Amino acid sequence: MAKTDAFDAVSRIARSRADKAFDYINYTLLSIFLLIVLYPLYFIVISSFSDPTAVNTGGVSLIPKGFTMEGYRIILNNNDVWRGYRNSLLYTVLNVVISLALMIPGGYALSRKEMAGRNLLMFLIVFTMFFSGGMIPTYIIIKKLGMVDTMWALFVPSAVSAYYVIVVRTFFQNTLPEEMFESAKVDGCSTFRFFFQMAVPLSAPIIAVMALFTAVSQWNSFFSALIYLHNAELYPLQLVLRGILISSQMSAHGSDAVVDPESIAEAQRYAELIKYALIMVASIPVLVLYPFLQRYFVKGMMIGSVKG
Amino acid sequence: MNTKTERAMLARSKPVAKPRVVALRLRILRSWQLYVLLLPLLAHVAIFQYAPMYGLQIAFKNFRASAGILGSKWVGLEHFERFFNSYSFWNTLSNTLLINLYELIFAFPIAILFALMLNQVTKLRFKKWVQTITYAPHFISTVVLVGMLFIFLNPRTGMVNNLIDLLGGERINFFGEAAWFKPIYIISEIWQTTGWSAIIYLAALTAVDPQLHEAAIMDGANKFHRVRHIDIPSIMPVIMILLILKMGHFASLGFSKVLLMQNDLNIDASEVIQTYVYKTGLVGAQYSYSAAIGLFDNLINFILLLSANQLAKKFKQQSLF
Repeated sequence: MAKTDAFDAVSRIARSRADKAFDYINYTLLSIFLLIVLYPLYFIVISSFSDPTAVNTGGVSLIPKGFTMEGYRIILNNNDVWRGYRNSLLYTVLNVVISLALMIPGGYALSRKEMAGRNLLMFLIVFTMFFSGGMIPTYIIIKKLGMVDTMWALFVPSAVSAYYVIVVRTFFQNTLPEEMFESAKVDGCSTFRFFFQMAVPLSAPIIAVMALFTAVSQWNSFFSALIYLHNAELYPLQLVLRGILISSQMSAHGSDAVVDPESIAEAQRYAELIKYALIMVASIPVLVLYPFLQRYFVKGMMIGSVKG
Repeated sequence: MNTKTERAMLARSKPVAKPRVVALRLRILRSWQLYVLLLPLLAHVAIFQYAPMYGLQIAFKNFRASAGILGSKWVGLEHFERFFNSYSFWNTLSNTLLINLYELIFAFPIAILFALMLNQVTKLRFKKWVQTITYAPHFISTVVLVGMLFIFLNPRTGMVNNLIDLLGGERINFFGEAAWFKPIYIISEIWQTTGWSAIIYLAALTAVDPQLHEAAIMDGANKFHRVRHIDIPSIMPVIMILLILKMGHFASLGFSKVLLMQNDLNIDASEVIQTYVYKTGLVGAQYSYSAAIGLFDNLINFILLLSANQLAKKFKQQSLF
């Protein structure tokens, strides 16, 4: 007996020592990673109102040097940026509305057991996750529909994502108890009425989550705009950003509408400063909202991870 | 067989088919409103997913806009042959597969490791901070991310080169050298996606039965043991599913980032199948040829997905179907 007690004590000491080592390594590595993620973001923030010469020569590292709002002033006086902002907001709102109007009723219908052929229909939708016509045939179809060079091409074709349909369906399967349908049926409640009066009010969380996901992806997307839009009036913010942040560096790629930052800025000196300020202006809406909405995003990921 | 049982069997078997058809029709009729709710979604999928699949036949034709998809002439596998024999074929294929392979070797496990580590943090405040900050890059758009890379890696004014200069090294033109393209791509990918990708593993880890850990502690297991023998096996199914899904997009991931990072100097290391399709098809207007390449890309993905799924089945792990 005494022997085992002694043995236990020794093993407990060994364990707690190993656990301490584990915690020490763990906290250190996580802190390092945290700083690696945070520093570039922090650097952009402080550089956006620091003295541009100091920033460019590496004089700014932890605290801002000097103070200037020149970068922001130049951007806020730029019409392209404002127009891009307006366009992006409009596209984002429309995208959310269309996506929800398609996916919430559809996902609900697919979650109902009494629906004949729902497995086949579900398969047809899920199949598109793994196989698609691809860029070129899609372009031809959208051209045929007369959507090229209109704003509709940016959010109508991409309004439905098979993955989100699965998420919505899973949500309805897990939140609407069978008894509710039974009692509703007894009361002679029609399918439509049940959907609009019972299911929709109960689905606020999924509507919030879906709205957030589609809004962020639309706000950040640029590729459809690059393919389908020729008219600069319709450019969303991301395409305007590309012109200023990236194309100016790619002098070899002068093929598309390049907004040369030097022409906006009165001097070369401000070129980089403008970029810092522009990144701030473009990312602020999402990054400011995000801490408040973080819960919903994580919730959305969770719903998706449950097998439907 | 005596007639009695025969008759009984007939009586039982004859009407079987009919009520079933009737019942199905009744079920559909009774829930017609459900189909109405589903209709917009189905119409959308038909127009924007299945119509392009139908349009894929142009990969085997010489598509002319005036003749339309149906009216164009069949040419068989001509476009595929042309692609397989072109200089771009091996280059784009190897770049595509290599970038994805590096992602699989580096980015994919780092997210899992990060989740396992974060799961062991007991100080809730610290945990919340780490989560909030590491999720943030996920919300930065590709354009802004690549813009940041250009700023930080600028040979004259970039933060990274200023640091190299300070330490007495030579300034590097990161975007001017093909060899740097893939490392930059992967490192920025890790920076942007690790925190967000970890969410799903963290969710799986919270589902682990605490009794397992208690029992292990009683048996003298330290944290290293517990992560290895409890946490990792517990989230293995989730890891497998994500791995299979990743294989299904193996040949097409992150293509818009590649497109933005590309320039004439690093093109040899950065041209992937998708960017090539975009350039030949939409910029160069060779619809049929690029549709064929896109189809080839899609088929690779599909084959990889199915094989990953089969392998997972074979090793008695979680599989998709």
